[in-house]
Amino acid sequence: MNSPYLRRRITNALAMVLSTLATLIGLAFLAWILWETLRQGISALDLKLFTKVTAYGEDGGLLNSMVGSLVINFIGIGIATPIGVLAGTWLAEYANRTRLGESIRFLNDILLSAPSIVMGLFVYTIIVLPSTALTHGSTTFSGFAGGVALALIALPVIVRTTDEMLRLVPSTLREAALSLGVPQWKLTLQILIRAARSGIITGVLLALARISGETAPLLFTAFGNNYMAINPMDKMSSLPQIIYQYANDPGDAMHALAWAGAFVITMFVLLLSLASRLILSRTKVSHD
Amino acid sequence: MTDSALATNPTPVAAAAAVAPKLVVRDLHFYYNGFQALKGISMDIPEKQVTAIIGPSGCGKSTLLRIFNRIYAIYPKLEAKGSIELDGENILDPGYSMNRLRSKVGMVFQKPVPFPMTIFENVAYGIRHHEKLSKTDMEGRVEQALRSAALWDEVKDKLKQNALGLSGGQQQRLCIARAIALKPDVLLLDEPTSALDPIATGRIEQLVEELKSQFTIVIVTHNMQQAARVSDLTAFMYLGEMIEFDQTEKIFTKPGKKQTEDYITGRFG
Repeated sequence: MNSPYLRRRITNALAMVLSTLATLIGLAFLAWILWETLRQGISALDLKLFTKVTAYGEDGGLLNSMVGSLVINFIGIGIATPIGVLAGTWLAEYANRTRLGESIRFLNDILLSAPSIVMGLFVYTIIVLPSTALTHGSTTFSGFAGGVALALIALPVIVRTTDEMLRLVPSTLREAALSLGVPQWKLTLQILIRAARSGIITGVLLALARISGETAPLLFTAFGNNYMAINPMDKMSSLPQIIYQYANDPGDAMHALAWAGAFVITMFVLLLSLASRLILSRTKVSHD
Repeated sequence: MTDSALATNPTPVAAAAAVAPKLVVRDLHFYYNGFQALKGISMDIPEKQVTAIIGPSGCGKSTLLRIFNRIYAIYPKLEAKGSIELDGENILDPGYSMNRLRSKVGMVFQKPVPFPMTIFENVAYGIRHHEKLSKTDMEGRVEQALRSAALWDEVKDKLKQNALGLSGGQQQRLCIARAIALKPDVLLLDEPTSALDPIATGRIEQLVEELKSQFTIVIVTHNMQQAARVSDLTAFMYLGEMIEFDQTEKIFTKPGKKQTEDYITGRFG
């Protein structure tokens, strides 16, 4: 065999070995994290987790944290979804290829990678502090403030996915509708959003998965609460915050509860990811 | 050919004046962000006949077609100068209502692009925007359009199904049904069979033949045999100019210009 071919074969084999190795290293850590969470989490699973509140300490459960997480996430995604979908639509359909549109898309990408604690401090400054002053101290930290902080994290994710999904819709579909005399707003609402629907829903679910694990923005906003709170104007517990708190506790029983909480969040995120995959594969729209 | 040459030599325009013209194009220039894509096009498109526009890639044939319903106007920095009269009114006049223009001039594109909705809704969608019809009237209109597009028998039992489940050829006939459901005067076809197999192509060509009794049809095609098969008149364009426009039979048997002959005999393009 002559030398150029041999050299190519060796280079090829080397590249393959290195990239496979890199994949394995990445996967190994992921598997390790998942395995530890499953092992420790399942052994700590207990009925009281879902029936008792955190006020009982190691004899208690995580009921109030789970409810708090649901309420805060619901507020967050509820605020971020309409704003994000509309802003993404504006970027893709009305401001595409304009200088303003490009600048806003760039700013949104920066927001996408902004540290989440900054969002927490921002909401602490614009909601928690003023509400304390206005109500003479009766309203301070609240689940609502936590929800707003999470909304600010989910917002750029939803803007980005909506924008990208709409821009994937072929321009011939726009031309076809406009050539029937249909106005732009009808085209956007009734055809384009429908064509990009599964992608947009997936974006919202991924944003929900992203915010359900956030701890930092909740420390300054929802704060935490050892008792059950349903009213979003009260201080509220949440799973990530209680995991953070219990993991710092010296007691083994508290650690077990933290693992159980971590397990619950992981399962929740896993289910959301699976759901979004399912939606994407089921309703995939092809124009080719 | 330069503008002045065209002015002194109006043969392309007068080509087929046997039938009353539906669209009268005069000295049409078109610019893409400053680049001139059409140079002084003039032609009379006769009513209820099929006019084919042929020419090599980039000659401006699609550009010309896309001016007839002003679909180009949705993109920035494009500009058309000159005049196109539809029934005596200049459609390039900013005062000419886009709504009215697009209800009179329908368009079918290269790739079939059904809307992401049911087969029935695909056809009803455009009608609903222009007319208020009762449920039974609407059903009648949709059926009529689907019958005209030779699709009714294949879809009558699945009108409530998603249009994206149809085959490519069926999707393209659905797009034709969608366009003719508005009862336009003019139907623009932009390479309507380039994404289809030979059998589906044959059906569309047959359909064009049937539709010309009701509509003025302008078809852009890459396929010279197709132009020869379906059209009454053929326009040959090259580098943004109208080289020759005449009866299809004449263009393909006794072309008047050397360039036309070279193109149709496959010497370039």
